[in-house]
Amino acid sequence: MAAIVVDKVVKRYGGVTALSGVSLAIAEGEVFALLGPNGAGKTSLVEILEGHRDRDAGTVAVLGMDPATGGRALRERIGIVLQEGGLEGELTVIETVRYTATLFPKARPIEELIALVGLQEKMRARVRTLSGGQRRRLELALGLVGDPDLIFLDEPTTGFDPSARRQAWELVRALRTFGKTILLTTHYMDEAQALADRIAVIAHGRIVAEGTPATLGDRHRRGARVRFRVMTDVSLQDMPPPFAGKIGAWIEAEVKDTTAALHALTGWAVARRVELDGLTVVPPTLEDVYLDLIAEQAA
Amino acid sequence: MKQPSLARLLLGQIGLENRIFRRSPTAAFFSLIFPLLMLLVFATLFGNDRIGPLGVTAAQFYAPALAVYGAVSTSYWNLSIHMVNSRELGVLKRMRGTPLPTWMFLGGRLASSAWIALLAVLIMMVVGVWLYDVTIYVHTLPAAALTFVVGVACFAALGCLVAALSPNSNATPPIASATLLPLGFISEVFIPPSASAPAWLGTVADFFPLKHFARAFSGAFSPTLHGSGFAWSDAGGTYAILPHLAVMAAWGIGGGLLAVRLFRWEPRPETVG
Ligand SMILES: Nc1ncnc2c1ncn2[C@@H]1O[C@H](COP(=O)(O)OP(=O)(O)O)[C@@H](O)[C@H]1O
Ligand SMILES: [Mg+2]
Repeated sequence: MAAIVVDKVVKRYGGVTALSGVSLAIAEGEVFALLGPNGAGKTSLVEILEGHRDRDAGTVAVLGMDPATGGRALRERIGIVLQEGGLEGELTVIETVRYTATLFPKARPIEELIALVGLQEKMRARVRTLSGGQRRRLELALGLVGDPDLIFLDEPTTGFDPSARRQAWELVRALRTFGKTILLTTHYMDEAQALADRIAVIAHGRIVAEGTPATLGDRHRRGARVRFRVMTDVSLQDMPPPFAGKIGAWIEAEVKDTTAALHALTGWAVARRVELDGLTVVPPTLEDVYLDLIAEQAA
Repeated sequence: MKQPSLARLLLGQIGLENRIFRRSPTAAFFSLIFPLLMLLVFATLFGNDRIGPLGVTAAQFYAPALAVYGAVSTSYWNLSIHMVNSRELGVLKRMRGTPLPTWMFLGGRLASSAWIALLAVLIMMVVGVWLYDVTIYVHTLPAAALTFVVGVACFAALGCLVAALSPNSNATPPIASATLLPLGFISEVFIPPSASAPAWLGTVADFFPLKHFARAFSGAFSPTLHGSGFAWSDAGGTYAILPHLAVMAAWGIGGGLLAVRLFRWEPRPETVG
């Protein structure tokens, strides 16, 4: 069964159209990343699914319920980590987590959860004394404390230092092994690539590409980038295409059929006893694909 | 796997709000300490003589009047400020995404506020009796209790309305103070009724609910009024709370309905950035 089904959802704020007909489906147990730049519409979509915002058109089902009317039954099964905020400064970390746990029919063990997000040393500290990253980790704990089936993470690691980010990634991976469905938003390509089973790229309120980290934007069909130097003094005019006629210290080209292009290139070099210095063959990164997609959409 | 009962959720929310209150020195000061300081100042100033046309001692007038002030500070001033702070911090929004029903979240917060208001009243009256020989009349206590309930409900509704109207955290304390303090001076809270005051001032005060709260509550501690208080007419020195309760109920219901319509769970988008 699908955990989330979104069909032709439209969201407008006055004259601004934040979502123009978004459709997607997320399977149970899937980690799904909504990847897009600031203002793309990620928070608008996620908050419609959480029941925080109304939609102007389209239908939505979250665990089979409409979030606008799902009420307590739905909220007992979802965990929400908002893009920002939501903490009472005068409570301690453990008080905040323990209190939130009492709202759910089942809860994760509290101290274990606090350790899981790396706040065991801050357990009895007032929330107002925490750093930004520590608060974020507490918010993460609050989203998980009710042991939800479906977890929404709106930019969960924005503002984290690299080690805190790795720790949060480990946490998401651990949740995946428990069979939880996770919808996370991010504007970090590496985060989507590291965590998600599937990624949708969103720009200007539209899904512009959808796929696994490996296939996103037909990445598997795009060629690789080949780069090398020739230190020997030979004519480069008769190199095979697409390298022929390239000039500069480094010769660099994107090839369509990697195997055939390399065969032709190395054949040319061996025949002339030329060394292809520093030869690298790099498949397109998700970042290349992502930036291309965003650029196409803007054009 | 069992769903927590509504009673447990409500008690949990009240307990949490009480804990937050205990850790908020400003709120605790204005609800519990400041009215007591005023009582000490006024009783010292007037030497606990008989004051004004009421013919009662300073403390007999000020203890109930300042008890009302403490209750209103809690249910109107603190509540509106706390509500807007929670909204700006995103607490309201986050709580709305948990299984806690929203009416239960608000109900817990209002009940905690009423509980603290009750403490403010009890502390004031106990100190009044203990230090200044304030007299309590048993036969008017039911009327005083009902007045307290209606008054706190009215001002809590208006506190929620201020929260709904206030644009942000910085604006709320000035709005709450500017609407409460001037009324305090003309509503028989800080200053006893005086024969020399211009009539229009009394008419203005009659329009707002604070004077009705003060009159109805203080009447229970008046040695000159008679009756239990459950009367519509104060003719012939009868203690009558019902007309005052009617005015407070009108303000409370009107303000409450408007607050429900205008209530926001999130800060305005501009302030999010
Ligand atoms: N509450 C709001 N009121 C008005 N405009 C909004 C509101 N929330 C978002 N927007 C606008 O909608 C668009 C999408 O925003 P958002 O969903 O927050 O995107 P993202 O989370 O991807 O950054 C932006 O142009 C933003 O300015
Ligand atoms: Mg966002």
